[in-house]
Amino acid sequence: MPATTLQTGARARSPRTLASPGPLIAFGLILAFLLCFLVLPVGTVIYTAFVTETGAPTLGHFGNFFGQLVFRESFFNSLWVALASTFFASVIAVPLAYLTVRFEFRGALLIQTLGVLPLIMPPFVGAVALQLIFGRSGSVNLLLDDWLGFTVPVMDGLVGVTFVESIHYFPFILLNLVAAMRNIDGAMEESALNLGARGLRLFRRVIFPLAMPGYLAGAALVFVKVFDDLGTPLVMGVSNMLAPQAYLRITSVGVDDPLGYVISVIMIGFSILALWLAARVMKGRDYATLQKGGNALQKRRLGRWESLLAYGWILLVLAVVLAPHAGILLMSFAKVWSFSVLPDAYTLEHYATVFSDAGGMIGNTLLYCLLAAGLDVVIGTAIAYLILRTRLPARQWLDWLASAALAIPGLVLAIGYLRLFKGVQLPGSDRLVVQTWVLIMLAYAVRRLPYALRSCMAALQQVHVSLEEAAQSLGASRLSTMRRVMVPLMAGGILAGFVTSFITAAVELSATLVLVSTESQAPMSLGIYLYMQSIAGRGPGAALGVLAVAVVGLGTYFSHRFVERSRAAVQPSSRA
Amino acid sequence: MNQASLECRHISLSYGTTPVLRDIDLRIEPGEFFALLGPSGSGKSTLLRLIAGFNQHQSGELLVDGQDISGVPPHLRNIGMVFQNYALWPHMTVWDNVAFGLVERRESRDAMRRKVGAVLDLVGLAQYARRRPAQLSGGQQQRVALARTIVIEPRLLLLDEPLSNLDKQLRVQMREELKNLQRKLGLTTVFVTHDQEEAMTTADRMAVLDKGILQQVGTAAGLYDYPHNRFVAGFVGTANLLEGEVTAVSADTLTFHARGLGPLALARPAEPPAIGPAALAFRPHQVSMRPRGEPGDGARVWLDGLVESAEFLGEFSRYRVRVGEVALTSDQPHYAGRGMFAPGAQVRLGLDPAQLRYLDR
Repeated sequence: MPATTLQTGARARSPRTLASPGPLIAFGLILAFLLCFLVLPVGTVIYTAFVTETGAPTLGHFGNFFGQLVFRESFFNSLWVALASTFFASVIAVPLAYLTVRFEFRGALLIQTLGVLPLIMPPFVGAVALQLIFGRSGSVNLLLDDWLGFTVPVMDGLVGVTFVESIHYFPFILLNLVAAMRNIDGAMEESALNLGARGLRLFRRVIFPLAMPGYLAGAALVFVKVFDDLGTPLVMGVSNMLAPQAYLRITSVGVDDPLGYVISVIMIGFSILALWLAARVMKGRDYATLQKGGNALQKRRLGRWESLLAYGWILLVLAVVLAPHAGILLMSFAKVWSFSVLPDAYTLEHYATVFSDAGGMIGNTLLYCLLAAGLDVVIGTAIAYLILRTRLPARQWLDWLASAALAIPGLVLAIGYLRLFKGVQLPGSDRLVVQTWVLIMLAYAVRRLPYALRSCMAALQQVHVSLEEAAQSLGASRLSTMRRVMVPLMAGGILAGFVTSFITAAVELSATLVLVSTESQAPMSLGIYLYMQSIAGRGPGAALGVLAVAVVGLGTYFSHRFVERSRAAVQPSSRA
Repeated sequence: MNQASLECRHISLSYGTTPVLRDIDLRIEPGEFFALLGPSGSGKSTLLRLIAGFNQHQSGELLVDGQDISGVPPHLRNIGMVFQNYALWPHMTVWDNVAFGLVERRESRDAMRRKVGAVLDLVGLAQYARRRPAQLSGGQQQRVALARTIVIEPRLLLLDEPLSNLDKQLRVQMREELKNLQRKLGLTTVFVTHDQEEAMTTADRMAVLDKGILQQVGTAAGLYDYPHNRFVAGFVGTANLLEGEVTAVSADTLTFHARGLGPLALARPAEPPAIGPAALAFRPHQVSMRPRGEPGDGARVWLDGLVESAEFLGEFSRYRVRVGEVALTSDQPHYAGRGMFAPGAQVRLGLDPAQLRYLDR
């Protein structure tokens, strides 16, 4: 063990963190995990895109890719949809964020609800529901046609994808922006006022620049998510975009088709580019200016017309955001629903179908996601501890590596797994690794690790080092300190990380589509997708979707409650 | 009673290439209340954390009762530390906080109940046992932190800036409580502070640190009356420093050539300084002050000056007086009805030769 050699000389003194082997072992294990299930699979994908069948380096696959009209078109379609979705998501989110932070009014609670509602429904489920509401023969267009004699083709083709993605992903911008604006010290605004800046000029010159990092973080995330999304275009029948093309190549031509890898490399490239650009612009601009004991931005009351405008906007967004939820709920109870504003007849039989057929799927989802989320918080807590509490050289690498998963589309990771573990047998049996559910679970864990890691880091950062040192000076060993002080204090953050990982993994579709090898392995997300493929399956699919939304929604609610409660218990109240 | 001695032998520590502690040599006697005094960045907290085991020195020895404890992990040292921010665990009640160390020591339930109860009585917080730290005032939190540390009967008690988070009145009160408690327990105690008044009023002896170097060790009066160097003279109390050179020492006089002031003929001290550059140090309250015309007694050395500014501080008035090209500070006790010198007044300053200190460092 390398750690013990450091202590061999009787007089040798090294920092205590190096003196014990625990951190080094943890470091090694985590590094090995990330190498095996993130770096190597993605590396294989990139490598495959740049070599010929005989292994010679080539750019020919890229030439081939851009030489074909369908791929060029897919590339630009994906780019435009991602950019347009980011734009429209901003249009929805920026006014909402400004309203919450700036004004004293009851709509704030509505906006908070708006912030989570879309996130708890997988976008491909929302897409189906939105077809029924806003589609060519959906409720809204039927009404418009009846009353005004025209229809709005908002759900067709690329426009439809953009519409669905904007509605689904705007909360990322909203949440980040609100957090950033809440961190602006009121004194910033007051001194600007004091120096003569008011109204819109104040917003443009002081508030917006200060909130910029938060906005960019959210916008980059939306871009990446939309660019990489597979489920939504597939469900909406749009195949001339990058992710569907990659999926179709791999599933129809086979895992050896180089063009699937070329597309994967392009998707990784753009994800990294977007995140890197955002990080670059934000570099050195950590604008959390709120001082200890400082006040947040001043809130003022809305005037009559302002109120009208604000509520109008909020209600409009709320209506659109709730549309998929309402649609899916109606669909799950609908006996027949086509070419009519509302279903013609209602039934409970879809739920019966789901409970008799899909019990295994629900069980699978629970199995994969609980394991994946558990793995995430264990790894996340360990990385957070190594980074914040030890001086191991290269400990930052773990953070970078784990966070890099953010830029890797689920589809790409899954393709990498198939390629890397092709032909590998499960130790002690003749089953192939790629035929087991283990890879599905690991793909979930790797993809959701960045979220869990951020939660754990934040939780550990809130625990002052002296709380740990006090325990040690009173005789608690490292392990005892962990158990009695660190874990209880971090519990809220760890649980939040667990739930975030769990609920986002539960609705993951792109990696699932590629990795599920037999029907018995299918989790709920895939079940919904498969049901939705046939007209007859839409009812049960919707019922399963409602169940998924309910599970995710309840999980979010209870973890939120728990985190708030434990925070209240942990943080000193001001009335001391 | 736990009374341990502490000894630092040639302890050095650096972070990378930045030296933080340089060759610290120090002995603290059993039962002593000892202060580490210094400005921020002087290395005093680093030294305290090193004794607790949170920092590791690169060379030298750290002895408790003659045994080298370098390399012993903090939780095996049995050295109690009270943190500057108290570091009370917010998820535990006062009782659980105090019982923490006893649980680690696998004490029996009865012993634990008895000890925790006794120590909470001692710090006067028995009725707050079920509260959480966040529900206590700053002073009460301070007492919990103290109780939590002394309940394990440590060999040494370390206090890191124990009073800095309290407001002024409470600080004076806690200062006395700390001192009484230390007397009662007889614990060898080391505390870190940047406040010279705090150190002087509580500690039996103190060490002054600056830039990682131990400047001087001694009692409050010893450091005040006989500072070793310019830093100690200026940091412990206020001092006038006249830079210059000792040019001649004869049988009964000494000539000090003060920069910007010219030669001064002074009485020869019992242990005269070496010929060469030095600073002449003396305290503001030791400088007497008369109107220019009034004669002064011959025992003092008189200098003509001009009052530049005057501050009224209640117990005394502080004057800044220009003498030649240098400015000296003089404190004059205040009594009702006695007038003050106005800025611009022509005065004479009298230096008492017995109070002058020659500093060559």
